[in-house]
Amino acid sequence: MIFLAARIGPDPAFMIASPGADEGELNSIRDRFGLNEPLPIQYVIFVKKALQADFGESIYYGLPVSEIVWQRLPASLKLVGAAKLISLGIGLVAGVLAARRRGGWMDNAVRWFSLAGLSMPNFWIAMLFILIFSVKLKILPTGGYGGIAHLLMPAFSLGWYFSAGYTRITYSSLLQVLNSEYIKLARVKGLSEMSVVGKHGLKNALIPVVTLAGMNIVIMISGAVAIEMVFAWPGLGLLMYHGAIYRDFNVVQAVILFISVSMVMVNLLVDILYAYLDPRIRYQ
Amino acid sequence: MNKFSPILAKILEFIRRAPKVPLIILLILVASAIFADFLAWHDPEIGDPRQRLLPPFWEERGNIRYPLGTDTMGRDVLSRLIYGARVSLLVALAAVIFAACLGTAAGVIAGFFGGWVDQAIMRFTDSWLSIPTVMFGILMAVIVGPGVFNIIIILGAVYWTRYARVTRGETLSLKTRDFVHLATIAGCGKFRIIRKHILPNVMNNVITLASLQIGVVIVVEASLTFLGVGVPPPKPAWGLMLSEGRGGLLAGYWWLIVSPGVAIALLVMSFNLIGDWLRLYLDPHYRNIKA
Repeated sequence: MIFLAARIGPDPAFMIASPGADEGELNSIRDRFGLNEPLPIQYVIFVKKALQADFGESIYYGLPVSEIVWQRLPASLKLVGAAKLISLGIGLVAGVLAARRRGGWMDNAVRWFSLAGLSMPNFWIAMLFILIFSVKLKILPTGGYGGIAHLLMPAFSLGWYFSAGYTRITYSSLLQVLNSEYIKLARVKGLSEMSVVGKHGLKNALIPVVTLAGMNIVIMISGAVAIEMVFAWPGLGLLMYHGAIYRDFNVVQAVILFISVSMVMVNLLVDILYAYLDPRIRYQ
Repeated sequence: MNKFSPILAKILEFIRRAPKVPLIILLILVASAIFADFLAWHDPEIGDPRQRLLPPFWEERGNIRYPLGTDTMGRDVLSRLIYGARVSLLVALAAVIFAACLGTAAGVIAGFFGGWVDQAIMRFTDSWLSIPTVMFGILMAVIVGPGVFNIIIILGAVYWTRYARVTRGETLSLKTRDFVHLATIAGCGKFRIIRKHILPNVMNNVITLASLQIGVVIVVEASLTFLGVGVPPPKPAWGLMLSEGRGGLLAGYWWLIVSPGVAIALLVMSFNLIGDWLRLYLDPHYRNIKA
């Protein structure tokens, strides 16, 4: 895992070479940020400082990077969190509904729905939402950071794509589980349908969903960039984007590193959750 | 005729069993990409400013000569859509092929030779995977600059790892099978074994993965272009149409973004449907049933 974090370092370091080429006059700035040292030394300094959570200053904002990242973090978390809830909610419900009535119109409808969700770029959905809800119906604001009204559309746009994934996984996983032995046993025992499907079925069907959820969290954060741009939502994605555009590599390095580290931690959490959900794994 | 018949029969069989609707949609889009010069009525890059911001022909100010309306610079939306298909398809196909080649090579080598080669390649792949894709794309695009060729390389660089993992797994399991052992005993050189025995069997998985990935790549390319780090203007690209149309949203110029979005969605959906079907079709269990 340390290897993973270490890998991120050199790549942004390459950027030091390219702006250095066309901003030759800014030598004093380069001096200030220690850019004139040979690359390997820069890398070592970076790692040292990173371990102390010091990411230097942002060239663009003039503020320490850690502060900026910290400021933006809640916004990103809110967005991703809300989107996650929505996508899981829709996904699970749709998946269960479809699985329960196989072959019915509900099943087909859900399948088309999820396919559509997977195929549309999220920022397009975002713009459609804006068109419908902000321009034509005038009930939701078009952007900016704020309460529920501001959060609704971005979260939905972001979550739509993932709800499709969850729907599919829940659907197939639930189907598999429902056909297995112990479910039949539960039915024979005379337990109510609710209990059978809800308690026994769902708990085991959730395992692949949890895996997917874990993997998706980070994809969500990075995929949020476009949505943040459309809604002017001040999150980490937009921060990184601006950083990249304005060659503010301290910011870029920090954000990428942060995200990679979060990914690793989230995967750990998912593994732990696994052990809880599936007793078989615990005894390994 | 002798050499062609079996291949022709295979192709016909393929078409017979494939889902027709996505195939037709795909065909239309590919055709428009290839024959864009003949199909489009107007020049996609130069517009007539006197005709700017016309709505689609079924609305009031619309004009049948500009069926889907015009954009802020007076360019015909339909023509831009048709030409845009070219860019999207080109980038997606090239990027996927590039990623597939790179990934498959890495995966097969890792799986086949095992040992430290395997470890080294896998470590490398894993660390590459942990980088968030869109952000990495943005980063790379800013470094190497915009441009069609650059995007293809960038997209390929982002997605090659998927293929590496899959092919490595396949190779590992194939390696243990009898026919590989027999070939080794018969004295086949290592590369020959790879070429004749392992690659063909790995290809099925690769093709399935590739067809599903094309959709993803198309959307990511659109996103990158939308953000300004993909295909540069004034080339017609669907992502660009979306970013340009964004400004017109509040004023109600809805056709600027609906058309390219629908185009993207249709293209991706078709690829996804075909990819799904391909997965079933190429599954050995399924193949046995049809015989």
